[in-house]
Amino acid sequence: MDWGTLQAVLGGVNKHSTSIGKIWLTVLFIFRIMILVVAAEKVWGDEQDDFVCNTLQPGCRNVCYDHFFPISHIRLWALQLIFVSTPALLVAMHVAYTRHEKKRRFRNGEKIDIEELKNEKIHIRGPLWWTYTSSIFFRLIFEAVFMYVFYYMYDGYQMPRLVKCEAWPCPNTVDCFVSRPTEKTTFTIFMLAVSGICMMLNLAELCYLVIKICMKESRKTT
Amino acid sequence: MNWAGLYTVLSGVNRHSTAIGRIWLSVIFIFRIMVLVVAAESVWGDEKSAFTCNTQQPGCNSVCYDHFFPISHIRLWALQLILVTTPALLVAMHVAYQQHQEKKLLVLTGHADAKHMEEVKKHKMRISGSLWWTYVCSVVFRLLFEAVFMYIFYMLYPGYQMMRLVKCEAYPCPNTVDCFISRPTEKTVFTVFMLVPSSVCIVLNMAELVYLVVRACARRSQHHSNPSSGKGSFYGHKHSSEYKQNEINQLLTEQDGSLKDMLRRNSGLQEKGDRCSAC
Repeated sequence: MDWGTLQAVLGGVNKHSTSIGKIWLTVLFIFRIMILVVAAEKVWGDEQDDFVCNTLQPGCRNVCYDHFFPISHIRLWALQLIFVSTPALLVAMHVAYTRHEKKRRFRNGEKIDIEELKNEKIHIRGPLWWTYTSSIFFRLIFEAVFMYVFYYMYDGYQMPRLVKCEAWPCPNTVDCFVSRPTEKTTFTIFMLAVSGICMMLNLAELCYLVIKICMKESRKTT
Repeated sequence: MNWAGLYTVLSGVNRHSTAIGRIWLSVIFIFRIMVLVVAAESVWGDEKSAFTCNTQQPGCNSVCYDHFFPISHIRLWALQLILVTTPALLVAMHVAYQQHQEKKLLVLTGHADAKHMEEVKKHKMRISGSLWWTYVCSVVFRLLFEAVFMYIFYMLYPGYQMMRLVKCEAYPCPNTVDCFISRPTEKTVFTVFMLVPSSVCIVLNMAELVYLVVRACARRSQHHSNPSSGKGSFYGHKHSSEYKQNEINQLLTEQDGSLKDMLRRNSGLQEKGDRCSAC
C-alpha cells in the first residue's frame, strides 16, 4: 500500500468531482505527492546522519537532533497528504451507496438500465451535495491545521544552518549543523506554496458549489 | 507478496462485507498500512545504526539494543496488521465454497449456461446461515488479535512512550552505560498515532458484531411472527422424488434466498408460499 495505490483509489473519485475538484486532484498528485517522492525524500534522506555537532560526547547528537526536529518535515507532509486526500473517500462511499440503492430498486422491478447505471456520472445534488461540501470543508481544515503545525514546530518556514544545543548530555552549549539547509528551505517554501494553491482551489470549489445550489433554488422559486 | 498483494486479496472480500466492514477495511489500509509504509518505516529505519552508547566497549551497543528492543515496533505492527486482516480470508473461503455449491446446483437443475455462472460469481452473498457464523467468528478473531497486540506493545514498551535515554548494565558493558535512542519524540508520536486507528478498528469491530447480532435477532423474530415458511413444501417434494431430485432439494434448503431469487427471476421456478429460513 503506497502512493500508487492511493492514486488508484482516488482516481475513481475523480469521475464524480467538479472540474475544480479534478484540478485539485491533479495538483495534489503531481506537485505534492510526486515532488515528495522523487525529490523531497532524497533531500531529507541524510538528515540525521549528516546532523553534526561540535562535540565528541556520545549521545549529544541524537538528543540535539531529537530536540530540534521532533517530527521530520517528510513525515508531516506524508501525514498531511494522507489526511487531505481521505475526505474524498467519503464521497466515493456515498456514490457507491447511491449506486447500490439504484441496483436494489432495479432488482425490485423498476426499469433502470444496468449499463447506464455503471457508467453514469452521479450528479452532485441532494445528500451527495452535503457529503461533497463536507469533504471539501474537512480538506480545508486539515490543510490549515498542518500549515499551522509546521509554522509552530519550526518557528517559521526557514531551516537554520546552525542550532545551539544545551540538552543533556551535551556539555554546556554545543553548535550543531543542519545538513542542506538552503535546499530544505526551498522545498519547504515550494510545498507551502502548493499547499496554499490547493487551499484556494478548495475555497473556489466551495464557493462554486454554494453559488450553484443558490441559483438552482432561486430558479425553482421563480 | 507485499502489502499491495494483500490489498488485492482483501478487496475481493470487501464485496461481501457489511458497510461497517468496508469502513474498517478502509481505515486499515489508509490509516495503518499506508502510514506504516510511507512514514513509520523511515522513522525506524536507522533505529539500530543511530542507537549510540557512551562507551567504546565492542559489543555493548548491540547487546543493549537487543535488551531494550526485543522486537521492533515496525515488525510488531506488520505482524499485527497481517494477523488482523487474515480472518477476512475465512469469509472469502466460505463465500468461495458457497459459490461452488451454487454452481453445482445450477448444473443439477439444468441452468449451467455462461450467463448464470457469471451471475453466481458476481452476486453479493447475503450474510445469513453458516456464513453468518463464519463472519462473526472472523470479527471476534480480529478483535482478539487487536487486543492482544495492544497488550504486547504495552508490556514491551511501557506507556507507549519512547525514552531518549536508557541505562544499560548488560555484559559486556562496563558498569552502567548511557545509551541514546534515535528520534524518540518522532517515534512516540507515531506510536500514539498508530494506536488511535487501532482503537478505532476495535470500536468498528465491536459495532459490526452488535449490528450482526441485532440483525440476526430481528430476522429471527420476523420469521417467528410469520410462521408460514416454505420448508413444508420442499419436504413434501422429498417423499415422492428420486435421488437426483432429493439432492437438488437438499441443496435448495441449504442455500440462502439469493440463488432461489435468481432462478425464480430467470426461469420461472414456481414455489408457492416459499420463504427461505435464513431471511
